[in-house]
Amino acid sequence: MKRKSQSTTSKFTGFLYPAGAVALLLAVWQGVSMTGWIPGYMLPSPVDICRAFVNDFSNLMGHARVTLTEAFIGLFLGVVTGFVTAVIMDHFPLVKKSVYPLIILTQTIPTVAIAPLLVLWFGYEMTPKIILIVIATFFPVAVGMYDGFQSADPDAIHLLRSMGAGRLAIFRHIKLPGAMTNFFSSLRISAAYSVVGAVISEWLGGFNGLGVYMTRVKKSFSFDKMFAVIFLISAISLALMALVDLAQKWSMPWERAGKKQSVQHTKKGR
Amino acid sequence: MAQLDVQDVKMSFGEKTILEHVNLHVGDKELVSLLGVSGGGKTTLFNVIAGLYRPDHGTVLLDGRDITGTSGHVSYMLQKDLLLPYYTILDNVILPLTIKGMSKKQARETALPHFSTFGLEGTEKQYPGQLSGGMRQRAALLRTYLFSSEIALLDEPFSALDTITKSAMHTWYLDIMEQIHLSTVFITHDIDEAILLSDRICLLTGRPGSITEEITIEESRPRSADFSLQPRFLEYKRRILEKLG
Repeated sequence: MKRKSQSTTSKFTGFLYPAGAVALLLAVWQGVSMTGWIPGYMLPSPVDICRAFVNDFSNLMGHARVTLTEAFIGLFLGVVTGFVTAVIMDHFPLVKKSVYPLIILTQTIPTVAIAPLLVLWFGYEMTPKIILIVIATFFPVAVGMYDGFQSADPDAIHLLRSMGAGRLAIFRHIKLPGAMTNFFSSLRISAAYSVVGAVISEWLGGFNGLGVYMTRVKKSFSFDKMFAVIFLISAISLALMALVDLAQKWSMPWERAGKKQSVQHTKKGR
Repeated sequence: MAQLDVQDVKMSFGEKTILEHVNLHVGDKELVSLLGVSGGGKTTLFNVIAGLYRPDHGTVLLDGRDITGTSGHVSYMLQKDLLLPYYTILDNVILPLTIKGMSKKQARETALPHFSTFGLEGTEKQYPGQLSGGMRQRAALLRTYLFSSEIALLDEPFSALDTITKSAMHTWYLDIMEQIHLSTVFITHDIDEAILLSDRICLLTGRPGSITEEITIEESRPRSADFSLQPRFLEYKRRILEKLG
């Protein structure tokens, strides 16, 4: 009982401090805007931003729907690609050796540089955007899950082998569940990337979406709307990450049940 | 009925010979301890018996059947309980059954009656992280037992526990042995533990290691932990210490 009340207290203060910091920041910002030190067209006040958000709400939501659709499809395909890549790399060390540097290489190319090429090749519709999101999101999942597979306890594998388990059973009972923590950490990153990736790809060509909205309001110097859409994108990313946390809690009940672990899947591996 | 015979096993890794001329017989429902210094090849011998290593020379027979180099015949338990943290205790102990191809439902039905024998009532739906070290070793032993009720290899199963828990586990284990009748090979470096639990103690010594001495513990069953306080017990201990040099 005591432990429980302590944890609720720490949860509450854990929320209180950052919320306080944000509130303080907004108050200072509003204050600075109201004194007129910085002209409103350069830095709109929080209240102006809220007003812009409310006034343009239906328009924003229409664009958000397009962006979210792209992000979800891209994220889904990216996660599937990343998972398959990790399984193949774990299964065939030779493939891992040859392909891993290539995978790293895909991440060194700036997204903004690939996007116009993809638009050139695949047009202004959804395809190039989804491809870009897949490129951005498969990487954390592939690397995270591969590490998870590799850090499986060799003694546990030994034990299952002594029971006569084949590779599939070892994968199912040890490697896959052991990599779940890594999977969700990666998914959290990928979820954030998917929204940012969608917006970036929309900047460079498209008809709908928050990125398109962003370029339009930038061109008309409506900075209040610009900030409104920035906040909306942040909120969407945060909501997606919270969704991932929820999915993790739901699918890993043993994490809540006991803090001690008998088979230690150290995140760093050995 | 289960008898294990290890005949003239030689095992080496590269240039290094770990085991040579190892002969071991385990009779039906007998508990044989392998006693020896760390790094003496006890675990290597276990891996040979479990079929995880194929010996350079020699055979492993289970009831006269040649099982050399094939796994899945004898069950195996280590110092680490190796319970999977993401499965409930019930799902952990049925793992060997489902791996053999039994349906999950049937495996659960097979396992449930044994929970009370092993003193694990009420833990079925708990996760390993919620149990104490001693309870987890019990669950690991149940898993071992469900895998094969014929031959069990126990590799220092209680050595990671604190002294008090360990001695409680010995009492518990002596009690269990009266009920489940398992032919067992037991690795330990704890002489007291070996004398208390074994029917026979084999000393694995030398480099490369071989079984140099066998001591039969002529103490009737059921034994109690009290045996370890008797002069007879100390006599055995003195003999073993002499043999180990």
